[in-house]
Amino acid sequence: MIDTKPLQHTSTQVRRDVLRMVHGCKSGHPGGSLGCADFLTALYFHIMEHNTNFKMDGTNEDVFFLSNGHISPVFYSVLARSGYFPISELKTFRRLNTRLQGHPTTHEHLPGVRIASGSLGQGVSVAIGAALAKKLNNDDKIVYALMGDGEIEEGQNWEAFMYAAHNKVDNLIVTIDYNGQQIDGSTQNVMGIGEDIEAKLTAFGWKVYKMNGHSFPEIIDVMERAKRQTGHGQPIFIIMKTEMGYPIDFMMGSHKWHGVAPNDAELEKALSQLPSSLGDY
Amino acid sequence: MKTFEIQNVKDTRSGFGEGLHELGKSNPRTVALCADLIGSLKMDAFKKDFPERFFQVGIAEANMMGIAAGLTIGGWIPFTGTFANFSTGRVYDQIRQSIAYSGKNVKICASHAGITLGEDGATHQILEDIGMMKMLPGMTVINPCDFNQTKAATLAIAELNGPVYLRFGRPAVPNFTDANAKFEIGKALMLSEGTDVSIFATGHLVWKAIEAGHILAKKGISAEVINIHTIKPLDVDAILNSVRKTRCVVTAEEHQMNGGLGDSVAQVLALNYPAPIEYVAVNDSFGESGTPDELMVKYGLDKSNIVDAALKAISRKA
Repeated sequence: MIDTKPLQHTSTQVRRDVLRMVHGCKSGHPGGSLGCADFLTALYFHIMEHNTNFKMDGTNEDVFFLSNGHISPVFYSVLARSGYFPISELKTFRRLNTRLQGHPTTHEHLPGVRIASGSLGQGVSVAIGAALAKKLNNDDKIVYALMGDGEIEEGQNWEAFMYAAHNKVDNLIVTIDYNGQQIDGSTQNVMGIGEDIEAKLTAFGWKVYKMNGHSFPEIIDVMERAKRQTGHGQPIFIIMKTEMGYPIDFMMGSHKWHGVAPNDAELEKALSQLPSSLGDY
Repeated sequence: MKTFEIQNVKDTRSGFGEGLHELGKSNPRTVALCADLIGSLKMDAFKKDFPERFFQVGIAEANMMGIAAGLTIGGWIPFTGTFANFSTGRVYDQIRQSIAYSGKNVKICASHAGITLGEDGATHQILEDIGMMKMLPGMTVINPCDFNQTKAATLAIAELNGPVYLRFGRPAVPNFTDANAKFEIGKALMLSEGTDVSIFATGHLVWKAIEAGHILAKKGISAEVINIHTIKPLDVDAILNSVRKTRCVVTAEEHQMNGGLGDSVAQVLALNYPAPIEYVAVNDSFGESGTPDELMVKYGLDKSNIVDAALKAISRKA
């Protein structure tokens, strides 16, 4: 059993970054960013074999694609904390002339970003393409992708699910942030599909796992199992249960904090629930 | 007016198919994707000889564009193949975000463009694709005129690092360009020099423009005919050099008047050298079922329309 305390410290700092970034520019998406902080921290600090000396092609290393691009704050924080670019650059988030655009892009050449995302439903297809490229290159590393559960309403995802299973794209691990919330309310109210995701993906031919996205031991255990499952003829799908806004008490339990920045008092209150661990930017 | 010999009558999509197959041999990083239209796109030969580099994606064009974008990340050069309608409007956001904005080296190869798709009717006859694609920052837009030029263009775009929209068609048309000519992206081709009117044509309308030039010559009018195979980046110098001499313009294309080659040329004129311009294009209308030839006549895209437009442009000269 590995000591997950360093990961916990990192994800706490990542959450502080997320809150301070969206507060700083008075916009952005804190809810899903907070919810995915543990997963992305585990991915970049423990699970993936990756090189912070960024090369677009990503040959002979694991690569990651963020499909739900609106949770850019957590992506940027994790990339910076991993060493892809200076941590101090986080303060430029969403400001004029920044490389840290509202949604991730390759256009400003931010190290660590391989595709633009934000218009939803496109990331899994791109990840499949990158996985096929790895196979053509005889590169045995893995392609990871993260998508939102509201995002699964976009039809392109189902084209991608169909393709990956039919073509045995088995060097691909897609995780869905299953927090049950989207802009207009709960996913069950907006478009009730969530409870059936496991059955649907299994029927499509994917190998499906489930995990608690706020437990490092569980994330590591499931992701390691998923890694061992690669190369066995099936694409891999992980249903990750998270809480939007976790662990800030007043941000959890609804969709309210999907795309709203905290004011000064709210920021202070939220940060008081996240003791600084690595030092703020 | 210069005369061109018709070597044979062939469809431009077959030029794409031959070019792609040749690339399969000459460029080992070439990969091809198709959305259930292998025969229509003439991709059979590539698929047969390079099966490991060919991806059948089914009727799922959005996914095809995303996969193509992803393949570039591993250093491959993807050529996507489907009808022009399904290559553009259906997947505009995928092209915009995952390919153009992301700066990915994808070649979007689009057959059955325009009204000459024929009997299938307006659902499949896209006449807006040039406009959509040229508006995307960084997108190169090419519409070659015959079999030889489409093949040469297919080879040339593999050498360009960046997204390209390559537009070609379904029907057999006169094949008259030099089979050994190297395709230069962004370089307009002077077909016949003249002094009274500049005719800038693209795609299937290039041959019609040559025919119109001969009719005009019989009327004592000297037409300059230029093949604008690359609509973006546009060869501004070639356009201005010609118009400074002739002082009036006709544009000819199998596309809507709004947003096509004509608008690109009109912009160049308005900004640099105002001169009368007449459009030969579809005037804010959808197409319909019919044979390609019937449709070209009904929708005003025939050689006689180019002749009439030339006479009108000349009459408007100051």
